[in-house]
Order: sequence, then C-alpha cells, then structure tokens
Amino acid sequence: MSTATPISGTERKLDMQQLAADVVERALRAGAKEAEVVIREGDEFSTLVRLGQVETLKESGARGIGVRVFLGASEAYRTANTSTSDFSEAGLAHLVQGAVDLAKVTSEDPFAGLPEPGAMGQIGGELDLYYEDVYGLPASQRIEYARRAEAAALSADPRLKKSDGGSFDAATGHKVMANSRGFAGEYRRSYCSLSAMPIAETEQGGMQRDYWFSSARTLARLDSPESIGAEAARRTLRRLNARRVATQRVPIVFAPEIARSLIGNIFEAANGDSIYRGASFWANQLGQQVASPNVTVIDDGTLPGLFGTAPFDGEGLPTRRTVIVENGVLKNYLLNTYTARKLNMQSTGNASRGLAGTPGIGAGNLFLENGTITPQQLLADVKVGFYVTELMGFGVNMVTGDYSRGAAGLWIENGELTFAVEEVTIAGNLKEMLNNITAIANDLVFRGAVASPTLRIDGMTIAGE
Amino acid sequence: MNFPEHELHFFQRFGLTGRLIERCLGEALSAGGDFADLYFESIASTSISVDESLVKSASQGVSAGCGIRVCSGDRTGYAYTDDLSAERLMRAARTAALIADGPSKQEIAGFRDAPKTSLYPISAADADAGVAPKLELVMRADRAARAYDPRIVQVRAGYNDELRHILIAASDGTFAHDTQPLARLNCYVIARDGAKNSRGGSGGGGRVELSFFEGDKSPEHFAREAARQAILQLNAVPAPAGDMEVVLGPGWPGVLLHEAVGHGLEADFNRKKTSAFSGLIGQKVASSKVTVVDNGTMPSRRGSLNVDDEGSPTQETVLIENGILKGYLSDKLSARLMGMADTGNGRRESYQHIPMPRMTNTYMLSGEDSPEDIVRSVKRGLYAVNFGGGQVDITSGKFVFSASEAYLIEDGKITAPVRDATLIGNGPEALKYVSMVGNDLALDEGIGTCGKDGQSVPVGVGMPTIKLDRMTVGGTGR
Repeated sequence: MSTATPISGTERKLDMQQLAADVVERALRAGAKEAEVVIREGDEFSTLVRLGQVETLKESGARGIGVRVFLGASEAYRTANTSTSDFSEAGLAHLVQGAVDLAKVTSEDPFAGLPEPGAMGQIGGELDLYYEDVYGLPASQRIEYARRAEAAALSADPRLKKSDGGSFDAATGHKVMANSRGFAGEYRRSYCSLSAMPIAETEQGGMQRDYWFSSARTLARLDSPESIGAEAARRTLRRLNARRVATQRVPIVFAPEIARSLIGNIFEAANGDSIYRGASFWANQLGQQVASPNVTVIDDGTLPGLFGTAPFDGEGLPTRRTVIVENGVLKNYLLNTYTARKLNMQSTGNASRGLAGTPGIGAGNLFLENGTITPQQLLADVKVGFYVTELMGFGVNMVTGDYSRGAAGLWIENGELTFAVEEVTIAGNLKEMLNNITAIANDLVFRGAVASPTLRIDGMTIAGE
Repeated sequence: MNFPEHELHFFQRFGLTGRLIERCLGEALSAGGDFADLYFESIASTSISVDESLVKSASQGVSAGCGIRVCSGDRTGYAYTDDLSAERLMRAARTAALIADGPSKQEIAGFRDAPKTSLYPISAADADAGVAPKLELVMRADRAARAYDPRIVQVRAGYNDELRHILIAASDGTFAHDTQPLARLNCYVIARDGAKNSRGGSGGGGRVELSFFEGDKSPEHFAREAARQAILQLNAVPAPAGDMEVVLGPGWPGVLLHEAVGHGLEADFNRKKTSAFSGLIGQKVASSKVTVVDNGTMPSRRGSLNVDDEGSPTQETVLIENGILKGYLSDKLSARLMGMADTGNGRRESYQHIPMPRMTNTYMLSGEDSPEDIVRSVKRGLYAVNFGGGQVDITSGKFVFSASEAYLIEDGKITAPVRDATLIGNGPEALKYVSMVGNDLALDEGIGTCGKDGQSVPVGVGMPTIKLDRMTVGGTGR
C-alpha cells in the first residue's frame, strides 16, 4: 500500500473570507437590499477493512458556496437563495444573478430578513474544535487502526466469524460566513472516528450484528481500537438467541445510546419551526409541566471540544446555553431569527444553515442532565422490564406525540439483564412518556452532539406474541 | 470510438475530451488495478415551497464533479473532485489508483456504444423554464388543501426538480451517458378541531416533465389527499397491539417488500454472507402466491433509469417467483466476484459516493383475489393503506414500516381509523404468511427515497392488496 497525497481544500489559494465579502458586495450591486454568503469546504478520508483486508479507501475534498438575498422594502422582504460548486467568475455571476432573479417571484414576508446587527457575533475563547492530526496519519496507519478494531472484535469469541468490518474515518470542514449587516466569521472543525461492526452466528444459523465506535476531534481522544473492538463484540454477542416476548406493559429502560433518540424527539418538539406552525405537541406550552420533575434538558453550543459546538450559528449569532426543560417545566423553544420573529421572541442562536435553502433550526450539544443513581441501581429497581438497545423505524408523530417503534434489547428480571429480545415494538405517546420518566441514571457521556444518561419510562406497551 | 462530442454535455460544458478520459483511466490503472471507471455528474436543481400561503423562499443550485473508482480484486479505491480540470482529474485518478500496489497490467478496452433507451422525457427546457409555472403548482396545492375543510389550519406545499447529466467511462469498454429528470410535488397539512391536532401528507412525481402535474396527478389531487388523511386522523382510535391478521392496500404499502426482502437481496450483503437471505436461492421464502420483481425499465417512474450509475442498462429482475427465491440485485463488483450476471442495479447518490447494489422499482405481481374478498375474510385485524418510512436490519432480517393511515377490520368490515403504528416482522418469514393476493397491483405515486450506508437514491415500490395471516402491530390498544 502506497501513501496517497491528500487532495486538500486547504491547498486552494483563494482567500475564502475575502471571497464571501466580495459575493455579498456583488449581490448588493445586483439589486439585493441584503445578502448573506456561506462557503463550505471539506476533506474526507475513509477506510473500511473487512476480515483483515482493505475493502475500500476513499479520499477527497469538495466545496460549495451559497448566497441568500433579500429584495424589496425592509418592512416585507422577498427572499431566495442559490448555491453552486462552480467558483469560476461565470459561476459566481450566475449564482448571484440567479438568486436576485429568483427572489423577484417569491412573496413579501414581514418576518423575513437578516438578524439585527446587535444580535450578531461569536463567542470567544478556545473552542477546541480543530486538530490537524486527524488528517496527519499516513494511509497505512489509518488502515492499521481499522484493522486492529475489527481484529479485536473478531478475536473475542469463536461465534464472531463474519464482519461488516472495521472503519476509520477522518474529516475536516471549514465554514465561512459573511453578510451585508457586517458579520464576518469562519471556523474549522475536525473529526475522526473508529468503529467495529462484527457479526455473531449461532450453530443454528441465526445471525446478529451490532457495532461500537469512538469519535473525537483529535486522534489523541479516540478510544483504543482494542477497547472499541471488545465492546462491539460484547454488544453483538449479547443479541444472540433473541426471542419475542408477549404483548404486555412493563417498564422500559432506554440504554444511553438509545435514550439519545428520545432527546432528539425533545429537540423536534422544541423546534421553533414546528412551534409556530402548531406542528409540535409543545406549541403554546411554555411554562407548563411537560415532563417529570426530574427532567432537565439543555442545549449548549459553547462546550469546548464537543460535537455540537461552534462559535456562531447559521445566521451569525453567537451560540449559547439554552435550558429547554427545567425540572419538568418547558422553559424555552429553540429558535432562529425567523421563528423568533414569528413567535415574538428572541433567537436562541440555533439557526442551522447548509449551502442551499433557508436557515432551519439546529441543536448545539443537546442533553438530558444526569440523575443521581447509577445505571445498576436503576436496573435493580425493575422487577420485570425491557432494556432497549436498538430502535428501528420512524414511527414518531410530533403533532400528536404518538410513538411506535421497532425495538430490540434484553429482558430484565429481578433487576438483572437476562435473555435477548427482538421483533417487538414499543409504543406510547411522547407527552405521557416524558411525564413517566421515573428514573434517570448518572452515566451521561457525549458520544455525539446529542446525549442522555440511562432512563426508565413506565406505562409503554410492548407488542409481540 | 469516435466520441459524439457535439452531443455530450460534459464535452461541451466542461471541456472534457476523449483523450483526457483515456488518460485518466490509464492513470487510474497505473498501480495495477483490474478495473477503473469515471463517473461525471452535473445537477441543476430547483426548490420552491409555499408555507402559510406565502412563497417564503425559493432555491436553485448547481453542482458538478467526477468520481474515480479503481477496483483490485475485492478492494475499491475512490477519489472525487468538484473541479473538472485535467490536473484535478488526473490527481483523483492517481489517488484512487493506490488501492492496488504493483505494475500496470490491465489494458483499457475500446469503448462500446451503450444501447439507447429512453424511459423519460429529456427536455432540458423544463429545468431552465421560469419558476412561475412551478410556483403556480404549489399555490394551487395550498388553495386546494385549505378549501378542503376549515379544520385544515396549516399547509405547506413544495415542488422540487432536478436535471442530472451523467457520463460513465470504464476500462471494460463501458461508455454511457444519460440525462435524468426528477420532479416531485408534496403537500403537508395540519388539522385542528378543538384540542385535537393531526397531520396529513401526500405527494408524487417521477422522471417527468412539468406537464405530468396537469393530469390526474394535479396539485389539487395531492392537496386533497393530504387534507383527507389529516381530517380522518382527528378521530383515530389507538392502534391495536400484538400479532393479528393484516391487510395491506395497493401501492405505497409495497414498502413492505422493499424492507422485508428487497434490501436483503442486494448482492453485496449476500456476497459477504451477512444477509438473512444468504444461501437461500432456490428455497421457499414466501407463500406460493408471491412473485416479486425489481424493474428499472418502467417509463417515467421515480426509480427508473436508462442506465445505472455504472453505465449498465437496467432490466426487470425476478427476485421471488411463486414463493421461491430466484435472484439477487447486482452491480459490477458483486457480479464479477460472485460469477453472476450484472442486473444493472449499481447506483450511487452522487459523484462523491461509491456505487453499490440498490433497488429501482420493486413490486409484487397481481394475484387473483378481489380486494373486497380479502377484507371480507378477516374477522379481526388491521387494514393499512398508507405508510411512512421503513427500516430493516439486513443481518437479523427484522424489518419495520410505519402505518400513517390504517383502520380496524371487524367481522370483515373496515371500521375505525387508528393512530400511527409501526408494524414489525422478519424478512425471510413474513411473506410466508401471505394468504391472499389481490388483482389490483398499483405502484406508488413517486415519493420514495431509499437510504443505505448514508446514500440516498430515488426508488419506487408497488403491490396489490394482500392479506398476511400474521404480522405484529405496534399499537397501544387491545
């Protein structure tokens, strides 16, 4: 295996800050009253090793530029946006003219517009987001990482014979933003991740897969390939010989990596876009008790080194800490400039912005605060229950709160995890489920931008035999 | 071969030449790879939406790039560039080449002309046409949804289209190009009645021109359908929980096939023997009433392609015939490694992605039962006619799909609408419980997007009305 030369966006000599400012100027000259430009560049490397052999190597970079323009009178702007991967003179001219032409056919909207100048800015301090080391390893060593993770998984038990592989991925991203109200900002973020995906098989032929991973902004903080492989093996083996259980109501314990998805549902419920449309069951609920008194959910985009951290949001507002639910009471929605104006509130600095489209709502680091008991203590209180380690499907209706998803995990008897369970569903209604969170453990760990400790919900229905 | 340069988008627009293509393939194989291909792609897209009866914004985007792949045995090297200059293309080829390690050994075959099929209209004019007619479509949807019932309190309608040009050149002599339109109209509504809220959604399209939405599939059609669903859901009762008889309506409920069998029959999983269907060719995996095909050659369908993303012609492939597992869906790599035919199912999300076996339009053939008889035969069960998404664990075979419009069946009659519920089953077993197959095969309206390994591609599904004697319904009720 030879060493590849990375195709790196950083080699491109254009000054992206200057380019963003120039395109804002162009848009104003083309007739826009206000304009916002975002440029994104990214490099990625990924390798997949399967059964000890390299299966895929991928290495590349790409970039794009998007512009959003506002036309007409500031009381009610018309707006449109365009994006391109063509940074040539002709490409940029087409980008700007296209946006201005497109905005002429959209509707006047009194709520449209850039943030107020006083609201914009960025947080200071070292955010610990970018490490060149993720891209600094020679290809041979990246492959070796993936190989070791897979090997550690497969060597753990003779029933682990097959594999979806071990993988190592690294990526860097560079985001640049400028607008006609004076905002200019940029940041870089790095990411690396290592995973193992073994498959266990019984003599009867039943197969199960699971995986484990570690991700970080620097290689130095990745878990060792051996620990990732060992955990992947443990998680896969415990799924073997899974069976169905009867339809019944028992307490459900959500493992941390699954409880995350409930925190994701809370994000959707608090999403300003859904709130002003009445598309969330939390619309008009501020100040109400919406969850058990032990539930406090926070969004914080300022935590150094974490995956949801950035110095400014998708509209150039500083990121911040927002308490969504405090002791079960709904305190704040997550808002960008548009949704805040619709609701007559202030933006919470949660605008998300891709290259194309209007800003949406994005979370920073979103988490449920730790409880006081250990996960073992939490389980010990469950006489009969279901410890869920996997959810499947998209059966969550945020308008009604109806919740019904495929599930797999382990059966709990007398506080102990026993046999594996699969091919059942768990169902309830999120409004009730959040009020029935009867226990929260103290094992919060950020493995991604959304995190939760182990938690228990009572009153849900398992559908099975 | 002589390249018809005057006809080819990439030659005209990006200054690509036949000589450069050959140089890139040569560079890609310079380290000893045994296959290489170049995938050029350029996309122009438009998106318009109406929200609260305002066209709040509109978007247009263009992107172009090239992905270069080199295979060496079962290894794949991949690099891509969004800069189509000779220097960048050669550099990407050099990067991908390094998956192999040795002297160059593979000759580049002379390019063959790909057979020409034309499954969809290619009028580039549509993508360049003014946005005004597209804007009118979403405004019509908004008006129709609001007019349906005063309890419809929120309406969002969106129109998205794209025109994708692709050119594929491979060291095995493949030289193919295609121009692929794709359009979709959606309408989502919220209904409110006192303290009760509900949602409804509908949409459709395909590889079609704007005129498609002037016929049966008008904005009013989709808007009324979304509104009807939302109003119906206002009074839905809790879905039942547990195993029961389930009748699935025609069309989009075919997502069952996509999840229960389609993914498990993609050749890559079977080559690696990680699918619950591995080794089951020739075995009974469904009731004898079940025949399932994947067909990429249906005119104007969302999942159809003249050639796949490896330049191979698409085809109709029988997956299950009278209950017996017949075949897999393959791309070039799996076909070569498994010694089987390439079924033209090599697809990718974009030039930034490695192709892999994917479905096109997957459906079950009609049987002989009347839909009325099927419902009448059920004492107590669920009748599900609309679904959200689904998901499958390829290895264990367990799959789910979520009903968004379903009713109780009591004593052979369709009764109360039920709230959203997920259905779960085991792929290699579920279709063995199919006891009746209707004579009313329908394909979906053209809304499906399938995700696999982080890559999304448009697909179609279809099914007649069917009865499953047993399936698990994930409700909360009795």
